[in-house]
Amino acid sequence: MSEEQIRSLERQFDERIARDEKIEPKDWMPEKYRKTHIRQMSQHAHSEIVGMLPEGNWITRAPSLRRKVALLAKVQDEAGHGLYLYSATETLGISRDEMYEQLHTGKAKYSSIFNYPTITWADMGAIGWLVDGAAIINQVPLCNTSYGPYARAMIRVCKEESFHQRQGFEIMMKLANGTPEQKDMAQDALNRWWWPSLMMLGPTDDVSVHTEQSMKWKLKRKSNDDLRQQFIDQTVPQAELIGLTIPDPDLKWNEERGSYDFGEIDWDEFWQVVKGHGPMNKERMKARVGAWEEGEWIRDAAMAHAAKKQERKEKQAV
Amino acid sequence: MSTKNWPLWEIFVRSKNGLEHRHCGSLHAADSDMALENARDVYTRRNEGVSIWVVESKDITASNPENNGELFEPAQDKVYRHPTFYDLPDEVKHM
Repeated sequence: MSEEQIRSLERQFDERIARDEKIEPKDWMPEKYRKTHIRQMSQHAHSEIVGMLPEGNWITRAPSLRRKVALLAKVQDEAGHGLYLYSATETLGISRDEMYEQLHTGKAKYSSIFNYPTITWADMGAIGWLVDGAAIINQVPLCNTSYGPYARAMIRVCKEESFHQRQGFEIMMKLANGTPEQKDMAQDALNRWWWPSLMMLGPTDDVSVHTEQSMKWKLKRKSNDDLRQQFIDQTVPQAELIGLTIPDPDLKWNEERGSYDFGEIDWDEFWQVVKGHGPMNKERMKARVGAWEEGEWIRDAAMAHAAKKQERKEKQAV
Repeated sequence: MSTKNWPLWEIFVRSKNGLEHRHCGSLHAADSDMALENARDVYTRRNEGVSIWVVESKDITASNPENNGELFEPAQDKVYRHPTFYDLPDEVKHM
């Protein structure tokens, strides 16, 4: 194809998206569109999969059966969401194994938030309330994104995720209304998860490299800073309601803007964690790679069993 | 690394009797039995289905969007296939 032809195709492609038409797997698409989607969707899938680790840590120690079934269901949903997203990404021509390989070698990233440790039960509350809360704010606009398989996966994910945040908030509420020790535990979890949750909404607009292109392709509908403000404005009253204090001395309602002003985010910490120097980066990858390698024999055994069954069936048919 | 990868399956779920099976996504499994079991866990955790079909992805033949013109455009100008094409007096009821 000549360069002029490609430019013309790209123009038509952009117009389709501007008209709110969806792009489906076999449609022509610019190489950059394909690559950007593979990157974002696979990172999203990886985040769901790695995201199971910090919470899986507490399933056996949940304080009641009610909490245990809820946490188990939440972690199972995360496995499901990872699988929806991996299979949606495969429609762009990358194999599942290639994606795993990229995750395991560190070539592909996952959400940095999962590189923080979960040291008390209150962390299960803080993760559901804050981390899932921030994730929902990020994800809801993606239900209308331009790539059909991604949009469809996100609709399922968002529908299922609304219970995740509620179960987290319920845990925090219960602890905040409990004994002084329980309330301290809740406050401590909020102190540790607040700033990393704000970072989850991505670098500030002035340094974010992907925003403009992503807006055009509807991979993004609002800027990182707008999403962060939305998250803060909706979360602060929830903390007040259960008597917990947001760990930000500069947090103040701004009457004029109708929003909260907030303190400086420590972006050095964010980039350190992204680069692999967070408290749990090594641990998470060790667990993930270990699960994959230790599962190899059973994946092979399943294939051998399937082949044997097929052979037997063919013999009987003769 | 394992040399034999589990093949990809397309999953179709009937949400309730009386409705058709609808495509809801795909997954990897060693064989059709495992694909059914995995589909149950991945796609019907909240009563989304009463019946599941699994089809190996490589067995699906799909039309090419490049041929959409010749395949689908001819139907666009055949307005006479729709009831609104026909002129009837207002007095005619129930037709």
